Amino acid sequence: MLRFILRRTLYAAPSLLGLLIFTFLLIRVVPADPAAALAGDNATPQQIADIRHQYGFDRPIAEQLLIYFGQILRLNFGESQYTHRPVGLDIRQRLPATLELTFAALLIATVLGIPLGVLAGIYHNRWPDFLLRLLSISGVAIAAFWFAIMLQLLFAMELDWLPLRGRSSVGMLAPPEITGSLILDSLFAGRFDACWDALRHLVLPAVTLSLGAFATITRFTRAGVLETMQKDFVLYERAVGYPHRRLVWIYVLRNSVIAAVTQIGLLFGALIAGAVVVEAIFDWPGIGNYAVLAILSADYKVMLAVTLLIGVVYTVVNILTDFVHGLLDPRLWEQL
Amino acid sequence: MLLLAKKFARDIPALIGLVIVIVAITIAIIGPWIAPHPGDVVASHLTQRLKPPSAAFPFGTDNLGRDLLSRVILGTRGALEVALIVVALAAAIGVPLGLVAGYASGWPSELIMRITDVFLSLPQLVLALALAQLLTPSLESAMIALAMTYWPFFTRLVFAETRRLKAALFVDALRGIGAGSTRILFAHILPNAISPVIVRATIGLGFTILVAAVLGFLGMGATPPQPDWGLTISESRNYLPDAWWYATFPGLAILLAVLGFNLLGDGLRDLFDPRLRRSR
Repeated sequence: MLRFILRRTLYAAPSLLGLLIFTFLLIRVVPADPAAALAGDNATPQQIADIRHQYGFDRPIAEQLLIYFGQILRLNFGESQYTHRPVGLDIRQRLPATLELTFAALLIATVLGIPLGVLAGIYHNRWPDFLLRLLSISGVAIAAFWFAIMLQLLFAMELDWLPLRGRSSVGMLAPPEITGSLILDSLFAGRFDACWDALRHLVLPAVTLSLGAFATITRFTRAGVLETMQKDFVLYERAVGYPHRRLVWIYVLRNSVIAAVTQIGLLFGALIAGAVVVEAIFDWPGIGNYAVLAILSADYKVMLAVTLLIGVVYTVVNILTDFVHGLLDPRLWEQL
Repeated sequence: MLLLAKKFARDIPALIGLVIVIVAITIAIIGPWIAPHPGDVVASHLTQRLKPPSAAFPFGTDNLGRDLLSRVILGTRGALEVALIVVALAAAIGVPLGLVAGYASGWPSELIMRITDVFLSLPQLVLALALAQLLTPSLESAMIALAMTYWPFFTRLVFAETRRLKAALFVDALRGIGAGSTRILFAHILPNAISPVIVRATIGLGFTILVAAVLGFLGMGATPPQPDWGLTISESRNYLPDAWWYATFPGLAILLAVLGFNLLGDGLRDLFDPRLRRSR
């Protein structure tokens, strides 16, 4: 098992290296003058020259690459033009909000997606199946930003059931930070009002973000169940009169959920990327919102850092997914 | 061929997709003639600002008094054009790379596939946004950025197909009678690998409409007064909740268009290869 993890991690190394080189090239090759791009629109020639020197653009490209690697490894991303604070610090403060949102969306998608996928599989080609297929196809086709606005329009503006934007109400004191999740932290502090407030703020963004993931999980669970139902052991257990419910919800589910679990892993990366738009609309103080602000104000250092961060998360999550995959299906240990 | 058509006709979701796609293409072509107020791309009528849907304006009017139905119709052409250019560009980059990587062995193949992996591990939307910004924001930049982020999907697909076909007997035979690599790749392997490419391209069209709308929404794509769907939704946000129609109808247009291409793509996939599971 250890060998599996080691080898899998080694496989990811070229991708991570490629990611570093790619972001390096992105900032140096795409704009005509990278120093001018980094300095922003209103920079004086002196400032541009300073940046050229500071970033080492006047040195050989191989040396620049090494310096860049060094900076990244020390998590030194420079200072944001937008907030005038170190980018690393900004990201560290904003990451918990994004993680809370992403986990909430993944939780909603999994808790709803797997049982509904099983139902669709059982009622194959009958109305629950058709309904869920329509739902999951629309879930992928809908524009998240539009869906978010429709939710805001209905639940926040018209019905006034849920808050329109933000992560907590104005004047609501934040609980002492332990995990970074507002909901958990306020529970630990015994602040149920703060917890309820945070939950209410989380609902709309999390539901919006979960839509695509829900569609994918439902589809893969359904496909898995359909395939497993054809297997000989199911036929046998049916023949000997094994209770149908137990058969479906324990044995069939366990054998058909593997593909869906892989998807859950892959979705985590996609969700963090999807959070970019959702956070921007709901004013959620996470890294997605940070990325949009950075992109709109051409803050390259932030763009670079966020792109790298999400790329690394993708890669790490891929490794973890393979690991969980192996736990569910030990035959896979042997293959790598 | 007839058999395929019959099989396709039994797949109701795919047929719905086909109808939506045909309608969308028709609207894109004849839009300027069927839109009730074709001048409303640039015109403004401040006396009829933000009117709710009525017989005169089925989708209502926007903050400049322009007919939203007309603008949704006129926006179709832009959306499809962008999607078509982006997917064609991505296929033009991705397919040859996949062919070469699949047919060659050793370091060229490794290099191409590693680069593909890096691109696939990057968040597409963030990458497209960053690229579009670096290239100075405009519709052209957005299209280049989207193509630059979509080609790896074609490469990986064609790579796998080429690897599979490379071992086929007919390729051995061709090599035996002295056919050159280029000829084998483009005249014999490519036609055999084209159906998954078509499926991917169809779904890619839907996906690109979606991502292009996000770019437009965030102000990194189309510019006012273009009747872009994403841009219109972004403009509508200042007039909510009163002007609900302003945001609703362009979004429905996006949903329908993307749905059409996805359904059609899924149907084509089942048609070409019934063994493949439906997935993204």
